[in-house]
Amino acid sequence: MTLRRVVPLLLLVLIVLLPVIAPWSKIVLTLALAKGLAVLGIVVLLQAGQVSFGHALFFAVSAYAAAFLGQAFAGGELISMLLIGVAASLVIGLLVGLFVVRYRYIFFGMLNLAFSMIFYSILEKFYYLTGGADGMQVARPSVLGIEMERDPFETLLFYGGMVLAILVAYGVHRFLQSPLGNMMKTIKTNETRLEYLGVSARSTLLAGYVLSALLCGLGGSIMAVAQGIVTPEYAYWIRSGELVFIAILGGAGSVSGAFVGALVYEVVRTYAAAFAADYWQMILGFFLLGIILYASRGLVGLYDSVLQRFERKEDRP
Amino acid sequence: MSSGEILLEAKGLEIHFGGVVAADNVNIQIAEGRNLAIIGPNGAGKTTFLNICTGYVKPASGHVYFRGREVTRRSPREITRLGVARAFQIPQLFAEHTALENLLIAASARQRRWNPFERLSSIPERAEMERLLDLVNCSDVADRLVNELPEGQRKLIDIAVALALKPKLLLMDEPTSGVASSEKYGVMDILVQALAEAEVTAVFVEHDMGIVEKYADKVAVWSAGQIQLEGTPAEILEHPDVIENVIGEEV
Repeated sequence: MTLRRVVPLLLLVLIVLLPVIAPWSKIVLTLALAKGLAVLGIVVLLQAGQVSFGHALFFAVSAYAAAFLGQAFAGGELISMLLIGVAASLVIGLLVGLFVVRYRYIFFGMLNLAFSMIFYSILEKFYYLTGGADGMQVARPSVLGIEMERDPFETLLFYGGMVLAILVAYGVHRFLQSPLGNMMKTIKTNETRLEYLGVSARSTLLAGYVLSALLCGLGGSIMAVAQGIVTPEYAYWIRSGELVFIAILGGAGSVSGAFVGALVYEVVRTYAAAFAADYWQMILGFFLLGIILYASRGLVGLYDSVLQRFERKEDRP
Repeated sequence: MSSGEILLEAKGLEIHFGGVVAADNVNIQIAEGRNLAIIGPNGAGKTTFLNICTGYVKPASGHVYFRGREVTRRSPREITRLGVARAFQIPQLFAEHTALENLLIAASARQRRWNPFERLSSIPERAEMERLLDLVNCSDVADRLVNELPEGQRKLIDIAVALALKPKLLLMDEPTSGVASSEKYGVMDILVQALAEAEVTAVFVEHDMGIVEKYADKVAVWSAGQIQLEGTPAEILEHPDVIENVIGEEV
């Protein structure tokens, strides 16, 4: 087995074992996983050359759908909450998508932002339904009817989420290699030719858009259950920006980059906030600047070039 | 190749861009199996005609029929689906894909391969596309990104992408521009053979009269948005008006 495969595998094993060695890491890793799934949605759209500054919308739609279901059925059940969350983001993704896929680049980005901020305002203002700025509590749900204590529930959420994320990442990876996934990439390079192949560029982008909304939704409902509370902040533009930030950090256009980026971001955010409460955002800012200037392919790209240098050395007689 | 059926028919096409008349009562029939060359000075409306036929430009008045079916106000996408493919003066390719991938995407579009878990690299049409790439002499660059390739090869791949759709009619805008003059005839030989093999009728805008003479079955002379003359290459290229107005300019 080559080094290229060994290192990611070791990293995966380390992450799987970390909650056993250090139980405190469980929740941070679960949050990173949830964000990684949402970032994957951004990565899908980046393949088509489009950046959305409003994808927190789907994150929030799903989270609130799960929260409502939980409140309606005394605590709720985990699987159904995730399903309803994903279904809600899919429906809203389709509706918003039908409108925004008519636009490209800055207009696409800003329209998404507008939709997410409309939803943010609704969450804030419809106090009697959504709890306003205080948000809604999400009680720990049962799992297939079994009530669980906090610790085993968090363990289940992390490992279940991990398996789900691996399956989803593989699915997205396959999608991007499919004819449809490749057609979506051509929206970035030559939409005219795509139309002259008899394919609707809008429908192609819509397929990618709905997929990206679904991924953000999956991340959103896992986040809601993990945090135990949903607030309008879930839909706020800073959250959308964060998703784009992580996508660039991890490596725009790379499936693994979404999760690597989310992991690094979440760890830095959690611990930097503790040690450098006032300026941790500045540290992240400089970090991103460095990535954009010196490693435009993100952390995954950085890893790639380090490995390439290493392999070249090995090849030498 | 069977000939006779009227593939494309234009009736009374009119369009103006500001003061420029790009189509002024254009009437023409394109029969299956008879490759048509369109010649004429720059700005005569040759490309506009292709744009109207493929739905990129809507005429102010007039009609376009493809195999008896009105397509005048249809989108490029719909017209492509009916069997009209197009190659461009400036090759329109997917820059971040390889030459072979460009063709595979075209084949997937033709076959409507929407299964998200199927791999583009292993669709059943792959062998067919490799043959097509071989037909236009580009199999040695199959795995190269198209924007790394010289213009001549990009041009051929652009045409191959159009052929991958298995059209009935192929509209080409100056297929040999950008190709080194020493290679033009070689390229056209390859092309005409590929067209015949795929049973595709071609319409091509061309400035090189040698090419027109050798490869066209019929020639139409465009000038100021109108078709001045139509006929066989021998008739047209000997015509005094053409020698004076079209060929004269080329020299």
